[in-house]
Amino acid sequence: MSIIIDSEQCTACESCIVACPYGGIEIIEGSAVITPDCNLCGACVDACPVEAITLERTEYIDKVDKSQFKGVWVIAEHYGGEIHKVAYQLLGKGRQLADILKTDLTIVILGTNFDQILSSFGDYGADRVIYVESKILKHYYSDIYVNLLSDLVSERKPEIILIGATPTGRDFAPRLAKRLNAGLTADCTGLEIEEETRNLRQTRPTFGGNLMATIRTPISRPQMATVRPGIFKASNETKKKIKIIKIEKDLNETDSVTKVLKVIKKQKTTVNLEDAEIIVSGGRGVGSKEGFKIIKDLADALGAELGGSRVTTELNWVEPDRQVGQTGKTVSPKLYIACGISGAIQHLVGMQNSEIIVAINRDKDAPIFGIAHYCLVGDLHEIVPILTKEVRKIKSED
Amino acid sequence: MKVFVCIKQVPGVSEVKIDPKTNTLVREGIPSIINPHDKHAIELGISIKEEYGGEVIALSMGPPQAEKALREVLSMGVDKAYLLTDRAFAGADTLATSHTLALAIKKLLKETNVEQKYIVICGTQAIDGDTAQVGPELAEELNIPQITYVLKFRLEEDDKVIVERAFRTEEVVEIETRLPVLVSVVKEINVPRMPGVQGIVNAYQNKEVIYLNADDIGADKSEIGLNGSMTEVWKIFIPEKKVDHVVLTGTIDEMVRELCINLHDDKVI
Amino acid sequence: MDFGLTEKQIMIRKITREFAEKHIAPVAEESDRVSELDPNVMEKMKEMNYFGTCIPEEYGGAGLHNDTIAFAICTEEIGRVDASWSITTGVHCSVCTYPIYRFGNDEQKEKFLIPLAKGEKIGAFCLTEANAGSDAGGVQLTAEKEGDEYILNGSKIFATNGGIAGTLLVVAKSGEINSRKQLTIFIVDTDTPGYSVGVKEDKLGVRASNTSELVFQDVRVPEENILGGLSNGFRLGLQILDFGRITIAAQCLGLAQGCLEASVKYSNEREQFGTKIGKFQGIQWKIADMTTDVESARLLTYKAAWMCDQKMDYGLSGSMAKLVASEAAMKAAHQAVQIHGGYGLMKAYPVERFFRDAKMGEYAVVSAA
Repeated sequence: MSIIIDSEQCTACESCIVACPYGGIEIIEGSAVITPDCNLCGACVDACPVEAITLERTEYIDKVDKSQFKGVWVIAEHYGGEIHKVAYQLLGKGRQLADILKTDLTIVILGTNFDQILSSFGDYGADRVIYVESKILKHYYSDIYVNLLSDLVSERKPEIILIGATPTGRDFAPRLAKRLNAGLTADCTGLEIEEETRNLRQTRPTFGGNLMATIRTPISRPQMATVRPGIFKASNETKKKIKIIKIEKDLNETDSVTKVLKVIKKQKTTVNLEDAEIIVSGGRGVGSKEGFKIIKDLADALGAELGGSRVTTELNWVEPDRQVGQTGKTVSPKLYIACGISGAIQHLVGMQNSEIIVAINRDKDAPIFGIAHYCLVGDLHEIVPILTKEVRKIKSED
Repeated sequence: MKVFVCIKQVPGVSEVKIDPKTNTLVREGIPSIINPHDKHAIELGISIKEEYGGEVIALSMGPPQAEKALREVLSMGVDKAYLLTDRAFAGADTLATSHTLALAIKKLLKETNVEQKYIVICGTQAIDGDTAQVGPELAEELNIPQITYVLKFRLEEDDKVIVERAFRTEEVVEIETRLPVLVSVVKEINVPRMPGVQGIVNAYQNKEVIYLNADDIGADKSEIGLNGSMTEVWKIFIPEKKVDHVVLTGTIDEMVRELCINLHDDKVI
Repeated sequence: MDFGLTEKQIMIRKITREFAEKHIAPVAEESDRVSELDPNVMEKMKEMNYFGTCIPEEYGGAGLHNDTIAFAICTEEIGRVDASWSITTGVHCSVCTYPIYRFGNDEQKEKFLIPLAKGEKIGAFCLTEANAGSDAGGVQLTAEKEGDEYILNGSKIFATNGGIAGTLLVVAKSGEINSRKQLTIFIVDTDTPGYSVGVKEDKLGVRASNTSELVFQDVRVPEENILGGLSNGFRLGLQILDFGRITIAAQCLGLAQGCLEASVKYSNEREQFGTKIGKFQGIQWKIADMTTDVESARLLTYKAAWMCDQKMDYGLSGSMAKLVASEAAMKAAHQAVQIHGGYGLMKAYPVERFFRDAKMGEYAVVSAA
């Protein structure tokens, strides 16, 4: 496979250079030329206005007999005797995929003491549960998971395997993929079926979320994907009568090359605004140190870090290391909620790269509204507590 | 003991911007940097050497420009650096990448004829792709234990390795295994040192970056690069801008409810 | 002709910039306010070898003794965020440590150079007196021979690093008459009895850099501490200052660069009359002028450094570099504050400090006036 550039056609318009995420193409002597940085992603092909660039794909030669692979699997994980919620979300999506493929949906659990709940997975759309039972599976062991799952997959040949993109899922999924020589796509946010080929189109953010890539595994099976919790919704619209396959294994600690010595609970660490996904900040409009309590409550409800404008740190309403802005931290969270911050340039430069900005302010002409995505004009002292209540409600439903 | 550290040169994606007018990527002036997680891997490698002895070897697969990244880690105190560079490596997915790295590590182990006592260290993930897959896949290729998301690392007698692994947000698991082992580290594990001027001078005057191509590592062309990949990038596109500028109206309750619905749809809460 | 930097020089710039932005810039305003160098930064600067930049590794240095361009880049990059630190290491390296390496004998290098290069001791060069400075012939601090010792009496003023120094190069009058031919440079350990630090100056700019009066009362210095031979001080001093000028040029260059970048950044952030002020031609002109000045200063500074590495006579080039760079710094600082408008007077923006710091470059290592 390679990128072919027709230098006669090329007008050196540089559209391809702009489109290339890798800096893998440049203009030399009036024509685009591929550089060693090219990653063959094909972004330049779509960008070229004169169709001078083509991506020459080698013929797809299947590495396995794909027709042998049937069915959609979800691998569940569990902590402290409870199935992680992402498994239910994956069942929701898995059901849709299985329906399009006209095949069935299986949930795989490696654990112990789950007999009671196995039949309940039918309510979430599963046709079948494969339950591998062993005392030792109370804990997670990287190698035991990979060994058991690769045996199951080799034997039963599913065409799609969905795994939660948690620290556990992201630990065993790649190793399993390598052992099965299967394609794996991490952190998918979208999954679609190409009906005629039964290929799974897996869309995921890449390049720090600045780009989206759709990935396929056209020549091999199974197709594996990990998905972050919260991306898909669990559904109990389709109820199925569930078939339970229980496999008892006699495993002990010597079956793993690793040993779990102990589990340590960690305290939440210090302020880290730069890495925070959500920040709730207060400004002069908060009015007092005591006034920050409602801001803090909202932050807590959202699992967010607390921030403040310069004046609030100078007046000691919040700690100095929480200051956002020119003289404080520069932040770019997924969500930034500015409460009672007017939006002086010195604050804006510190937070304008946030993905979503919510502004709550009494003054409808406040500059903060100029860069905010969602604007709430009103008194923060009234709005914030109601917002906190609403957020708690949503969180408890999720 | 050999300590292999795998690093990647990546675009500094936090500086990437989308031009709102043309909805295209603004690439200009984006520096290439060492993947931030990998600096923590290098720091762990060097500190293992300082505490227990051994040799720290950095490996990177990428275009010739990635030599700069390797020079930087040589400046930090890495002993040797290898750059795996070949057009045949291009377009590799994580499976093909881990295969290539594994071939290089096996070759380097074989050359020295020492007993297979080694550690491989990776950063958890690269900020351009964020897959976190190469580490575990590499461990599988090398057929050694893996421990990902490592927060603390120590060696004890009889090649015993004890690590703390981040498990859930507020839970850490202490795990024991034996060398050889692959660990992938998270940022919290350490603070990477900055190379001093002396280190930089040393890296350019007394150390070298050794280039290895597909033949050097004995790679089968069908198992590397695009040919060795199971996945293909079918399409790359710029995500639709999530939200524009919405002024919420109505009573406070209505505004709050609408906001929450929007934020939930935007997947931020 | 080759205007490209080596890969090593590019890396040194990259790392020094990262270091300066991460560790120096965040505390620069506070250091300026309290008029003291930050002790944590001091420790880190030592670890990074910025006190031994142009000294070979065998004497504890970083090994850039044949790469003055790289040394200039370090000084420039530190100066880009904080002139005080740039002056501190610049003076330490160029007019104290490097001269001992260049003119000292093996015993002197062994004894004085290693602790200086490691930053265990800070170095200073003491020429200026109340009535002598640019006119070196007017030095009145006396060195009288007694046995195999010299007894130093007098005082020095405006000594950069003076109050924090462990090792000094002192220009003294070692003969009866006031003459350039009677000057000798002594290496003086600051724990020698009779030596004391007088007034610490409270300055307009480069406030964190230490500038002090130094008092010598019957300070006994052994004969073996004479640097480069008796009565050789004037000739040596000129050469030391030549090298020092490259350093000051680099420091001013960094400051001008810092002003330029701050101005570009602000022009792209600040909106007035419904648009970014950087869209106004009036601002663009200023920035174009600054950019040109900075580039001129850079070319002259690197050329002087290059000539030094080629063992050519770089005296004139160094002087021109220092003149152009110090003026570029003043102009850039003035325009940067101008572009920032009222905010330029506020300590929230670094240009306020740059503006005060810029003036010093015009006087340091012989006035440009």
